[in-house]
Amino acid sequence: MIGIIDYGLGNLFSLQSSIKEIGEEAVVTRDPEEIRRADRLILPGVGAFRDAAALLAKDGLGDLVKQEAAGGKPLLGICLGMQLLFDKGFEYGEYDGLGLIPGEIRDIRERIPEGLKVPHIGWNGLQIRDRKNPLFDGVNDGDCVYFVHSYSAVTPKENVLATTEYGGVLTAAAARGNVMGCQFHPEKSGTVGLRILRNFAEKGRIR
Amino acid sequence: MITKRIIPCLDVKDGRVVKGVKFKGLSDVSSPVELGQYYSSMGADELVFYDITASAEGRKLFTDILRQVASKIFIPLTVGGGISSIDDFDRVLKCGADKVSVNSGAIRDPELIREAAEKYGDQCVVLSVDVSLVDGQYRVFGRGGRDDTGLDAIDWIRKGVSLGAGEVVVNSIDTDGVKQGFDLPLLKKVCDAVNVPVIASGGAGSIDDFKELFREIPTVDAGLAASIFHFGEVEIPELKRQLSESGINVRMTGF
Repeated sequence: MIGIIDYGLGNLFSLQSSIKEIGEEAVVTRDPEEIRRADRLILPGVGAFRDAAALLAKDGLGDLVKQEAAGGKPLLGICLGMQLLFDKGFEYGEYDGLGLIPGEIRDIRERIPEGLKVPHIGWNGLQIRDRKNPLFDGVNDGDCVYFVHSYSAVTPKENVLATTEYGGVLTAAAARGNVMGCQFHPEKSGTVGLRILRNFAEKGRIR
Repeated sequence: MITKRIIPCLDVKDGRVVKGVKFKGLSDVSSPVELGQYYSSMGADELVFYDITASAEGRKLFTDILRQVASKIFIPLTVGGGISSIDDFDRVLKCGADKVSVNSGAIRDPELIREAAEKYGDQCVVLSVDVSLVDGQYRVFGRGGRDDTGLDAIDWIRKGVSLGAGEVVVNSIDTDGVKQGFDLPLLKKVCDAVNVPVIASGGAGSIDDFKELFREIPTVDAGLAASIFHFGEVEIPELKRQLSESGINVRMTGF
């Protein structure tokens, strides 16, 4: 059973459907018991870092996710949910994330040439940087996934699983042990995205 | 680099796709779910569903269908047609839409764009504009292209984006249905005016029209069409193959 953490942000219908599509069961929940019982956890999210961090801190939900991750449970953050896994975010100020992967969430404008459209919206190619982690098994360099974001993770190289090119190199996926995150939306990335979700559901393990 | 998107548009009335679609191998050519799956498997990068139903009953059917579509198709879904309030946004987003396009509803009440963008994020709000050239001026038309609003199209699009629209669909009334190519002068003007993704609509009749669009206007993000896809006049795998061969970056899905 995969627990999709519901902290009041984002549309979870597609994510839940995509998990069903790969033949796994998912529960959308904020109940501590259900979260503890889940074999794996997904942290979704759409919106701004500040609001999400505040919502996640409520009722100790963020602390619970941290405990579960520390206990070795595979955790996948998606889009804003990925960003929350890092130490800090700099959208509308400076806010603390969960600190599960070292690094910061920075405006992509700091790393791309002026004039490029922001948000970075659309299908863009992946360059897989770390094959030891099974998340991208069966996914090839150049395979496209669907992005919608204006901020992205700046993290030491050893945590980077995949990058994408948008005027500059942006982190597309990152991991530290059992904690991993995708900046793109696997649940909106066609068969490639479903493959990534299946990898997480079946393997989602540590390098 | 980011790829150029190819987007089929499906008109839905009372839960069924209208405009008679002709495809081999589809058991139910007016089922939004089957057609959506078909396009998705052919490599469509996104799907647009327009609800052209007028009745409340039809609306209900539409959201039921949308839910079925979203539970089976894992590419971005945009929904439009009759969106005039935050409740309308809520209704379709809950059923699995990723983006919502507003047209006449935003002309009547531009604040709808701001409210929706604040609530759901800019990326969720698509401004769809029907444009025609009148006395040398690009004008916005409302009510499905029937009423000349007198608004200057470029001014309106700029305003919509400043209110929070995260994408713009430009439908040229003048090229629509003519199948002689997209309205390049209009699209160029829009692309120069705003810094959000611009989706070209109206006029595509052949693969060459898409090539010309992306070659002439490198800043345009996507091409949208309906009947040429529905009638099989342009097939998406072949379209993408040819675009790729002429150096235009598109998502290849390996069929």
